[in-house]
Formats: sequence, C-alpha cells, structure tokens
Amino acid sequence: MELFECSLEELAGMLAQKEISSVEVTRSVLGRIAAVEDRIGAYLALDEAGALAQAEEADRRRAGDEGVTPLTGIPIGLKDLLSTRDFKTTCASKMLADYRPEYDATVVTRLKQAGAVLLGKLNMDEFAMGSSTENSALKKTVNPWDFSKVPGGSSGGSAAAVAAAEAIATLGSDTGGSIRQPASFCGVVGLKPSYGRVSRYGLVAFASSLDQIGPVTLTVADAALLLQAIAGVDPRDSTAVATPVPDYCAALKKEIRGLKLGVPREYFAAGLDPEVEAAVRLAITQLEGLGAEIVEISLPHTDYAVATYYLLATAEASSNLARYDGVKYGFRAADCDGLKEMYFRTRAQGFGSEVKRRIMLGTYALSSGYYDAYYRKAQQVRTLIRRDFDAAFDSCDAIVSPVCPTPAFAFGEKIDDPLAMYLSDILTIPVNLAGLPALSLPCGFSGAGLPIGFQVIAAPFAEETLLRVAWHYEQQAGWVGKRPQLTEEEV
Amino acid sequence: MDYEIVIGLEVHCQLKTETKIFCGCSTSFGELPNANTCPVCTGMPGALPVLNRKVVDFAIRAGLATNCRIVPNSVFARKNYFYPDLPKGYQISQFELPICLSGSLEIEVEGESKTIGITRIHMEEDAGKLVHPEDEFGVSYVDYNRACVPLLEIVSEPDMRSAAEAVAYLKALRDVMLYLGITDGNMEEGSFRCDANISLRPFGQKEFGIRAELKNMNSFRNVQRAIDYEVERQAEILDEGGTVVQETRLWDAERGVTRSMRGKEEAHDYRYFPDPDLLPVVIDEEWIEEVRNSLPELPAAKRRRLAADYGIPASDAEMLCADRALADYFEAVVELAGAGQAKSAANWIMVELMKFLNEEKVGIIACPVTPAGLAELLGLIADGTISGKIAKQVFATMYEQGDNAPKKIVEREGLAQMSDAGELAALVDEIITANADKVAQYQAGKTKLFGFFVGQVMKKTGGQANPRLVNELFKERIG
Ligand SMILES: [Zn+2]
Repeated sequence: MELFECSLEELAGMLAQKEISSVEVTRSVLGRIAAVEDRIGAYLALDEAGALAQAEEADRRRAGDEGVTPLTGIPIGLKDLLSTRDFKTTCASKMLADYRPEYDATVVTRLKQAGAVLLGKLNMDEFAMGSSTENSALKKTVNPWDFSKVPGGSSGGSAAAVAAAEAIATLGSDTGGSIRQPASFCGVVGLKPSYGRVSRYGLVAFASSLDQIGPVTLTVADAALLLQAIAGVDPRDSTAVATPVPDYCAALKKEIRGLKLGVPREYFAAGLDPEVEAAVRLAITQLEGLGAEIVEISLPHTDYAVATYYLLATAEASSNLARYDGVKYGFRAADCDGLKEMYFRTRAQGFGSEVKRRIMLGTYALSSGYYDAYYRKAQQVRTLIRRDFDAAFDSCDAIVSPVCPTPAFAFGEKIDDPLAMYLSDILTIPVNLAGLPALSLPCGFSGAGLPIGFQVIAAPFAEETLLRVAWHYEQQAGWVGKRPQLTEEEV
Repeated sequence: MDYEIVIGLEVHCQLKTETKIFCGCSTSFGELPNANTCPVCTGMPGALPVLNRKVVDFAIRAGLATNCRIVPNSVFARKNYFYPDLPKGYQISQFELPICLSGSLEIEVEGESKTIGITRIHMEEDAGKLVHPEDEFGVSYVDYNRACVPLLEIVSEPDMRSAAEAVAYLKALRDVMLYLGITDGNMEEGSFRCDANISLRPFGQKEFGIRAELKNMNSFRNVQRAIDYEVERQAEILDEGGTVVQETRLWDAERGVTRSMRGKEEAHDYRYFPDPDLLPVVIDEEWIEEVRNSLPELPAAKRRRLAADYGIPASDAEMLCADRALADYFEAVVELAGAGQAKSAANWIMVELMKFLNEEKVGIIACPVTPAGLAELLGLIADGTISGKIAKQVFATMYEQGDNAPKKIVEREGLAQMSDAGELAALVDEIITANADKVAQYQAGKTKLFGFFVGQVMKKTGGQANPRLVNELFKERIG
C-alpha cells in the first residue's frame, strides 16, 4: 500500500512511531498528484516546493519534539475560499483570479500551528454557489469514480482530491450541503460542524449565517482529528462560540447501544432514488444491529427549507459580494468611463451567471416593499425549521438520512435548470438553517458504481454523538478504503 | 404669510475611542493615508467585524445623559449601497433596533426652557475618504483611515420651531457629549456634524409640510444661516402656491444658499437587514447601572448648582459651564480661596484668564496658572496686600512665567500696597500744601478735583498706595 492511500490516522500513527517521515508522505502525495491531477482537476494552486519545505520543517519539529500534533507532517489541501498568505485565494472566480490575501484564515493559522503540510488550493463552485463545481470559472473537476459525472459542489475539489488520494485530507465549507453532498458523490467522509464551532475568519463569505468550515477525509476518525485541530472560539469571529471543544477521538469508540436514531419520514419522500433509499435503509438496519434504537420522526417544515434557504442565502450573498466592486482588489473592467460604468462592467464581467443570479435574487428579497414578504418571512420559517429539529431531538439522539436524493449526476445534466440543481440540496439544507452538525459517509454504491452517501445529524455542538454513530457504522460496513481505479497499476 | 417652522436634527458624533468600532486599528487623526487599516476595515474578503465594547459603553452614556431608554438587545444592520469610500459595499449601522430610544434634552432660548425629544441614538461605522489630487493623471484615491471609526447618530424629534432653537439644541447636545468625554466635538473637522430636516406649515395645521434635508453645515453659525435661508426659500415657494420638493440640499457657506443635490444622490433603497456577522448587543441592568454611576454632572445641573451654591449670576454660571474643565477650575479656585471669593474668582477666570487663553487659542487644560496660584492671588487682593490693578500685573507674570507663587512675585518686585497710614498721611499733607489753590476750588464746590488729589498720591507711590486709605486721609483733611 502506498503512503498516499493511507488514512490520516494511519499516517499519524506511523509518523509518531517514526516509521516514516513527513517528507516521504508528502513526496508520495505529490507523486500521486503528478500522476492523476491532469485527469481529476482538483487543484487550482499547488506548491510542491513549499509543501516539501513544510514537510522538512514538520520532520524537524518531530525530531525536536516541539509541539507535535496528529496533523504534524500531514499533507492537506484547502478549498480556495480559505484566505491564505501563501496562495492566491480565487473562490474559483474571475473576480478574484489574481487576489492574494494579506492574512491567513484562522483555520489556516491553526493548521500551520499544528504542523500540517499545506499542499495547495482546491477547486469549487464560484463563491461556493453551486452543487456540481461546474460553476468554477477557472477549472473543471471530475468525479474520480466516473469522469463523466460531477464531483458535487461546492467543495468539489476538496472531495475529489481526497477520493483520488491527492491529499490525505482537505477542508471544505458547507453553506447548504457543500461539504456533505460532494463527499457523498465522491465516496468520502464530509463533516459540517455546528454553526459557531469553527471560526469563519478568513473564509470568504457566501452566506454568513449558514457558512461553516469542515473536514473532508477518508475516514470518520480522520474527520475527528481534523475537526479537533480547527474547532474552537476565536476572538476574530463573534459568531464562533466559547463552548469547550471536547476530545472527539476519545468519543468515537463509546458504544452506541441504546442510542436513539431518528429517521425523518420527510427525507424519504418522492424523488429519492431507489438505489439510494435501499443503501441508506440497509445502513440504518446495520446500525440497529449494533444496538441502536431506530425511531421514526417527523420534520414537518422540510418542504419549505429550499425556498427559505434560497431567500436567506441569496440575501446575505447579495450584501457579502458587494465588496467586489473593482475599487480595492481583484478584477476591474478596463477602460471605464466613470465610477458607475466601472461598477457595472466590473461586476458584469467579473462574476459568473450563477453568482449574478443569486445576487439579483437576494437583492430582490431585501428590497423595500418585498422585505417582509420574503426575507422576514424566510427568517420566521427558519425558526420553524429549527424548532422541528429541537422537537426531534427530544425523542432521538441523532438523525439518519440520505445526503442527496441521487448519486452523482452527469456534467450538463442540471446546469441549465437551476431549480433542479437547487432541489438536489433538499436533504442537506435544513441542517444549515438550524445550525446543526452533520456528517456524510459512504454507505454503498449504485449499480453504475457511483458512491452513495449516508447522513448523520446531531443536536447543536453534539459532534461527538455524530462521530460516534458514524464511526461504528463505518467499522461495521467496511466501505473504508474503497478507492476509484485511476491508474494502470491499480487494476 | 407667516408659517410655523418645523426642524428636526440628525447629528453624527464621532466617538473618541482609541480603536475603531469593529477592528483594532487606531482612530488617530492625521496619519498617512491607509496607515490605520487592516483586513477588517478595508473590507478584505473573509474578514469579520468584532464589536469594540467601549463604543457600547459610550453609547449607553450618551443615552442615559439624554434620558433615553437603553435597549437590552439592540441589533446591528447592514445598510447597503455602493461608493468607493465604503469598503464592504455596506455600512454596519443599526436600523430596526437601535441601542437608545425615546430620550429628551432641555434647551434654553431667550430665558425660556423647552424640551426637545430625541427619537433614537444608534451606533455605526464611518466611511473612508476620497482623495482627488489636482494633477494631470485624473485618478482618485481612497483613504480608509476613517473607515470603521465609531459614530453615534442622534436623531431628534421634529420639535424645534426656529433656527435659534436648533442651534441651542445642537449646542446643548454637544455640551453634553463633551461633558461625557466621548467626543472631541469638533464641527470643522467633522467629528460633530449635523443634518437638518426643515419644513413649514401654516400655524394651526396639524400635518407637517414637505421637508428638505440640509447637509454640509460645519459650524453653529452655518446651521443658523442655512436654516434661515431655507425657511425663506420654502416660504417663498409656499407663498407663490408652489410645493416644496422633498430632497437633500447642500449648504453653500460661501454663497450663503442651499442647493439641491438631486442627480448626485438618487433615491436609495438601502436594503437594511440584520448583520449576520455580529450578535445582538446584550446590555443588562448591571451594565447600565455601572455606566449610570460613572456619569459626570451634566451641564444643565452644573449651571444650576454653581449659581445656587456660589451665588454667582446665571450668566456667569453658563459661561463657566461652557467647558467642563473650566467649571472644574473655577470650583478648585473657590475651594482654595474660600467661598467669599466665588464672585471674584468667576470674574478673574472669565475676564483675565480667558483673555490670555484666547490670545493663545488654548483651553483651560493648558493654562499655566494653577487654581492654587489664582486662589493665592485673590487672597492678596482681599487682604489689601495689592490692588486689583497691581494684581493684573502679577497675574501676567504668573501666566507668562508659569510662576504660581504670587506672594513671592509681589515681594520680589516690591509691589505690595502702601498701607502705612503715617507714611501716606505725610504724602497727603504734602499734596495739599503744594496745591493750595486747587484745595480752595475743591472746597468751593469743584468736587471733581478729589480724584486729582488721589491721583497725585498714586503717581508718587507708583500706584502702590492703598487707594481706600488715601481716600480716607483726604476726606479727613479737606472734607
Ligand atoms: Zn482595521
């Protein structure tokens, strides 16, 4: 087995035993990238020399036993909306194609402090708006399991890189499913933490009240290790909460006998692909076999989630993206006659069509005369959706469901039908509206060989419960380590 | 036709916190362009605002001092519009739930007092500044040093009925904010700026007329002039049967007119919504009480107390209270010199002291004469050691040399009054003998000559003779 194929947990163990060095691991991953990246297209920026220098530094740290963590020397990739001094941060947009931040996002600082090796920046839908990474203005990323299929989005690069073993782990961001859905499409683990668990400082905002940074990894234990490193209060983010960060790894192995798992009836409604339903139902049965108690629950306002989300997320986005005006940084249209024309042309040329669509939708929702009917109403419905979950967690410890109604779809299949694309997020969006933690992990394959994802949702700041359920299922189900075949030797 | 004037004011008061409202950058004035900036106040992608607690403290102070209700859960909102001086494309302000609501302020105009309602006070961030160099490149620049500097917006009810009331309100409000120590209140530099909403209506009419909003008045005098002009302009329109246009008008101080801003600033839909990056500002009773207990005595209360406690005229009290430090100085002097010296202390501060301070254009804080020095000087006058006239001379020495030992100055320069009756009597006799003809004229009824005799003695003594004694001696001798 090659080092690039190993999980973070395995590598951390071998590094701790000094059986291998970070330079060896990093070389292995860089070799893998060289072999497959031209077909996968996960990276927008890659710094091989920088990665090796960080690996050498990590090895020195380990030799001197200075602040060694499980992440010390582990090659990690970052979604390209996390601000980095060392790399451009493009958000896969023409608007920021040449923008290089003067500061590191808090999660980036934490990874550096932990000694991680930062490989580069990963492709995504422009400004995290999309569910297929087709909205990247800079690159096409394919699904490593089937190059004719999308990797999901918006963290498509983050999920494809882990699936294709082009990084040991990655960070993505999840506003309406942007970590979990691509994780599910690519057959890897994706964790969206509770709102406020991880600092958003330096995460280029799409929808501030919904965005959350989280890990994309090969295994549940890896997700726990990575979350451990990035979670916690931050004086630079008022919405990051002071709730103490527990020991996530210690939580994994506590038994799940007696845990009540809720199955929301609304999440198994019409439109759910039969293969997806079968795989998820089987996973639930397996969890029951492990001693969990399965209870049916109801989340009655589920039907309103997509509409609510597309009002609130676009309203916030219309304001968050106002700063891209050609004045201070990023793209500026050439040869404009006056300020107004500079604004119009910069934004017309700098943003892609999905971003412009959402800015317009959000602007409309906030406009005077429409605010009460749209934005305020959506906030009220958001409260109802949150209450649905509050009530559900009175009768269960975690909720289990599919992640996405279908496995990965083909390029071009939904890109011209925004509504169909939006509806594919129906099972992930309510979690963001309620600020809950949720995790996606593989639970089988479709007949066509595409991964199917399984979602575990917990109450706010109950990541431990979530990881525990997922870990036990993962141990039982044996999907771990299933990799797409990408090179001749792998046949 | 005569109209009732209706005026409401919106005041923007820059707070003198050390750091900005949402980041750690300095608020200091006059730095190189963009020296006081960071990712937060320049609106870099991914940067987030974190509220400076001191700003909330200052806002609570302002609210309590103006009898407002402090809102326990106020909310920051985004005001969305595009302009290059606005780095994020929105200003963080407060909209539906401001920090202070429904307060009031007492004003006094021509001896009549009146209460002006305060609708709300909210916290917000300032914008940057555009720089248009007059060179051949035709390029504009933006300086974000001022971006994110904390402001309070204080909105009054349309309760003022004349330009004089508006100016009185503005002065009273500025005095309060200065007393609270939360602003430097500099109108010329824009740290205390005001917009005025003005409309006219026939007396007796209930509904307000259509208003115009006046901007760009950077002194009390300009506020007065602009409102006077605007009232006349609107009255003319109404007299001719026309309608006032609801619009924003700029005051042009040079030409003394207001001009429409239409075309420059189209009707905005600011699309306010709660800022998801900031939590509601939670203020509990304890915090409010803590601030309340730290409030200084406010100008109106201080004026009343000074007049009552020290028996000085209301006009003196008002003058002394125009500056909190000046009033404090006065009280310190009286404390040392004794209550009997209050009137005299007030006079000396308002006349002599102010003359020197005004010449140098400095505040009382920079005064080289200490309260102890002035108190000692007042004592020397009271016990007859020096005359008022000599005292002025001593005061000048004290001020110019920063010497706060007037007694020593008097001794050193031999300025003490001649109060030795025997010595003075000899001089008086000498004058009477030398001016026998004038004495005769005086005794024949030319009483004005009395001053001449006294003047002769003062001349001989270089002004040091005790004038009261000299008077008495002449009276004894020539009646
Ligand atoms: Zn700053």
